[in-house]
Amino acid sequence: MAPPTSSAPATSSGITLNVNGEKRTLPVDHRTTLLDALRERLDLTGTKKGCDQGQCGACTVLVDGRRTLSCLQLAVAADGREITTIEGVADGDRLHPVQQAFLDLDGYQCGYCTPGQICSAIAVIEEHAAGWPSAATADVRPDAGPPPLDADEIRERMSGNLCRCGAYVAIVGAVARAAEEVRAADATTDGVKAKGAAA
Amino acid sequence: MTTATGTTRATGAVGAAHTRLEGLAKVTGQARYAGEVPFAELAHGWIVVSTVARGRVRSVDDASVLKMPGVLSVLHHGNAPRLQEGFVGSFGPDPVAEILQRDRVPHIGWPVALVVAETSEQAREAAEALVVHYDTEAHDVGFSAEHSARYTPEASAMGPAVTEKGDLETQLAASDVVVDERYTTPEQHHNAMEPHAAMARWDNGRLEVVDSTQGTLATATDLANLFSLDPASVHVRSEHIGGGFGSKALARAHNVLAVMATTVIGRPVRVVLTRRQMFSLIGYRSPTAQRVRLGAGADGRLRAFDHDGVSLTSTLTEFVEASSAFGRAMYDAEAHRTANHVVPLDVPTPTFMRAPGEAPGSFALESAFDELAEKCGLDPIELRARNEPAVGPVTGLPFASNELLTCFREGARRFGWDSRDPRPGVRRDGRWLVGTGTAAATFPAGAAPSTSAVTAEADGTFTVRINAADVGTGARTALGQVAADGLGVPLERIRVRIGDSDLGQAWLSGGSMGTRSWAWAVMIAVDELRERLALGADIPPEGITVRSDSAEAIGALAEKERHSYGAQFAEVAVDTSTGEVRVRRMLGIFAAGTIVNPLTARSQFVGGMTWGLSMALHEEAIRDHASGALANGDLAGYHFAANADVPVIEADWVDDPDPDDPVGIKGIGEIGIVGAAAAIANAVWHATGVRHRDLPIRPDRVLGAATAPTGGSRA
Amino acid sequence: MREFGYERAYDVSGAVALLGADPEARYLGGGTNLVDLMKTGVERPALLVDVTQLPLDGIEVTADGGLRVGATVTNSDLAAHPEVRLRYPALAQAVLAGASGQLRNMATVGGNLLQRTRCGYFTDRARPCNKRTPGSGCAALEGEHHNHAILGASAHCVATHPSDMAVALAAFDAVVTYETGDGPGELALADFYLPVGDTPHRETALPPGALITHITLPPAPVAAHSRYRKVRERASYAFAIGSVAAALDVRDGVVREVRLAYGAVASRPWRAHAAERALTGGPATAAAFAAAADAELAAAEPLSDNGYKVPLVRNLTVTLLTELTEEAAR
Repeated sequence: MAPPTSSAPATSSGITLNVNGEKRTLPVDHRTTLLDALRERLDLTGTKKGCDQGQCGACTVLVDGRRTLSCLQLAVAADGREITTIEGVADGDRLHPVQQAFLDLDGYQCGYCTPGQICSAIAVIEEHAAGWPSAATADVRPDAGPPPLDADEIRERMSGNLCRCGAYVAIVGAVARAAEEVRAADATTDGVKAKGAAA
Repeated sequence: MTTATGTTRATGAVGAAHTRLEGLAKVTGQARYAGEVPFAELAHGWIVVSTVARGRVRSVDDASVLKMPGVLSVLHHGNAPRLQEGFVGSFGPDPVAEILQRDRVPHIGWPVALVVAETSEQAREAAEALVVHYDTEAHDVGFSAEHSARYTPEASAMGPAVTEKGDLETQLAASDVVVDERYTTPEQHHNAMEPHAAMARWDNGRLEVVDSTQGTLATATDLANLFSLDPASVHVRSEHIGGGFGSKALARAHNVLAVMATTVIGRPVRVVLTRRQMFSLIGYRSPTAQRVRLGAGADGRLRAFDHDGVSLTSTLTEFVEASSAFGRAMYDAEAHRTANHVVPLDVPTPTFMRAPGEAPGSFALESAFDELAEKCGLDPIELRARNEPAVGPVTGLPFASNELLTCFREGARRFGWDSRDPRPGVRRDGRWLVGTGTAAATFPAGAAPSTSAVTAEADGTFTVRINAADVGTGARTALGQVAADGLGVPLERIRVRIGDSDLGQAWLSGGSMGTRSWAWAVMIAVDELRERLALGADIPPEGITVRSDSAEAIGALAEKERHSYGAQFAEVAVDTSTGEVRVRRMLGIFAAGTIVNPLTARSQFVGGMTWGLSMALHEEAIRDHASGALANGDLAGYHFAANADVPVIEADWVDDPDPDDPVGIKGIGEIGIVGAAAAIANAVWHATGVRHRDLPIRPDRVLGAATAPTGGSRA
Repeated sequence: MREFGYERAYDVSGAVALLGADPEARYLGGGTNLVDLMKTGVERPALLVDVTQLPLDGIEVTADGGLRVGATVTNSDLAAHPEVRLRYPALAQAVLAGASGQLRNMATVGGNLLQRTRCGYFTDRARPCNKRTPGSGCAALEGEHHNHAILGASAHCVATHPSDMAVALAAFDAVVTYETGDGPGELALADFYLPVGDTPHRETALPPGALITHITLPPAPVAAHSRYRKVRERASYAFAIGSVAAALDVRDGVVREVRLAYGAVASRPWRAHAAERALTGGPATAAAFAAAADAELAAAEPLSDNGYKVPLVRNLTVTLLTELTEEAAR
């Protein structure tokens, strides 16, 4: 490695991430992924590193409300974004309905893919509420109307989150239950819209 | 059907569904796994693995790398701390753990250096920049049943390599119906979601290791022996483990190199495997090539039984994937032979992977049984009913219990098997051909001596201390339930401490023996503690602690055939125009001892069945013969089932408490995968009329069979 | 991954200027492929120019009734857009089948076109690969290639292009617009990907330093009757082993217009012109569909282990066109 010359670009930058509602400012090596910034720099280890290649979904977080693979997201490129991790999805001591459903219905075993599954499921419910079709949707044309969030839709939409323990059956049940609860809650609060997906 | 609770007492915690004690920590991201515990001054190690399949490391150009930003050390065979030569680990001689000790490269992906740096980004780049020169030798990674280096080992972890009785050829000749087929299963990898990770540091003369191990004591003992340390000076912890499936029990590159590095640089060092490195550093399931010969009378009763399996091992050490052991307690015949052989090749060393032997062996044998049923014109369940052994076919020992047919009867009723049309290839649903299949499952029920300590605290709570590991099984919760019942108190008053080598000797999480072995030790302590408390003793501030050791009780167990059983059912849909196979539903009914926690037990059964589905349709590591490397060694290339592949899977159980176990437990971690792939393959035959004897049943294979001029089965 | 500089661009000319002619600089879109390749060392850029903040994230209906899609539109937004789903349903289906929800949220339209092959030899730096290291050889020819190309490959490379989206774009005659320091330019998708020949490392006809700004879909009423079907080795979250985008206008049993493109069979999305010619003006029958696919696939040159792709794509062609014919009859 040649020593950096004066004309060489800077290889680190100061960034600010808004993580779970809290502004966190830190310098990062440009090579640092959002995943490593969360885990190694901000001590938010709830977000998991399963493959570090975008092939498993364990590192899923919400960036500006959308589910994102934090292992393929450079931290420097996330400067200024709003990040929600598993540590930030509950409402104080009250678990998010997705968290509660995973806990009650045993939607996991070893728990390592779980934070990614939960973040993904929260986004799935919002994406569905926004009318997004999926690869399981028989007719994607808008006049066909939104598909119901049935088991096949949940399976397809959750397929970017691998689970090696084989907890998919319980995960599908948990997402279905949580989606019902979120829908009911939204109805009672006069339809608070999904923030990211609906944008 | 419900679970048995008759052998336990009081509060009814055993047999009642309970969410996991660590569940809240896991759904909120608070549960810390091995690579997630922070330490001041932590340095990061990055492993460099060989890019050649056989040869010697000539030199490692570490000088330029040592000048790179943040680099603290480069360890290689020329400078690494010396390990015990001829190391014998907790499971026998283990040269795989002797890392950076010599220049020899036994396979591609073998560790040849460790780069340690201030940050993982710096360590990764330095590892990438490190140039290693090799003297390359010709390699051989081509596995086949007829390989010239094939030999028959003395034994495997599953017992003798060969069992034989009767005259096979005579009985085959006298049989009305003969099945003689070959089956293959490919190389399969554990791929636990949590990559293997270890942090090591020296703390006041004691080595502390936070590791992703399935057994902290085995790891501590192995590290102590490798580094010639007093076992008491090694402390290993593993509070939460992100899946193991057999791959996380041994001393391997991550923990050995972390200990080396902290010893050299005097700072805490963390080493985490990359996903790609997991394909060469932690073991895997060997491919198998099996031949099954069954001879039967026209009534389906077996006269001849021959199961011959070949697997591979590395040139470092022998590991036998004993696929033919599956039938030793399942089916009897006048002539009965089972044999395992191995072929040493220039490949990474295989190891235990969920249901070692049984998983590939049950695919072959339970497929062959389906073929025999077809040839005899018998229902596959009836064929198994006609071949129930009275005693162990190989041992002659009585069965502790054998509820296989109960499982089949209950499963057939719930699956709707009785209305099944046996003809293949006649059911169509749109573009899909539909079929159903079944297969039997079994797995040994064992227990290993363990120690525990149970304390009655002064505040009325209880603390259970046992060096168990929870790899996702729910062990922590199950042991709490067992203790709660034994003490006659609610589970909320029980605290369970596990995953720490300082807790003492206990079996590790493996062999479907964890919960049973640990619960046994806990029950001994709990029984004594309850008696002491019954005497009305005052509880001092430090509490009252009772220690237990189950060695004597387990040693006194009468010799019997002790197994769990199960009946697997699957319905599949096959589009022969695209080769796609979709499993539509699965049902497994198991007889597997007392079910301590139905909620988590169901997850384990269903998880095992999901593995079986994945094995049947997806999993296959493909080795490139020219280089000796895997051509698909990542999670985009090595497919295991995604959510969309997995349909409704139901698992349930019949009463089957083990009469000789204090809680009635048998063990449930592995039986779910056994037979599941065969049930699916048999269903594919029923759907299409084509037998698939090579796993996985990939689209190209289904298409090839559909377009073959003669149809029929693949060679 | 070596150390690199990072610049965020806010307008197109600024992005092009930042990249300059530096062969070691790369545009960073969603990063779903580039960052992975940087981790494996296949890509080692010295500078990343982040283009995700450029004002190229719009989808608009053009005056002639086509669609103009900005290069930084995410795959998710493309697939969810009502005009895409209405006018080019096969494009929405292809994108939805292309990757997981997380990846689609990140990946951009421009980046999707520029994805690199997932050939295992390309991503393993220790193996020969003419695409990664020109002149080093092709390990797939005699190695693992059951998911490699059957059409348009050469003795130098048999890798496939991994994009699903591009297959639908090929069927709909998309045009790629780009910007360079010397001004804008455009390429028909048919000319966008270069033939493999003996230069598999040269993948597109984009000039050095060019930044894709838009994809334009010309108006195509036939596209409203289109479907995309992808076959893979698990039900989701996997690359294709064969895929077909098909659009069909059939009246009174006669094919008036047809579009067909194949995925996972070549180094680029494979527009099936021969099949389209064979079908146009003829009967819309399964036999005609099969004959047309056979006409296209007559040029196939399978390797030892990927011959199954011929019947796979043929059968998919028949199935999709039959479904579209039945739909038209309803």
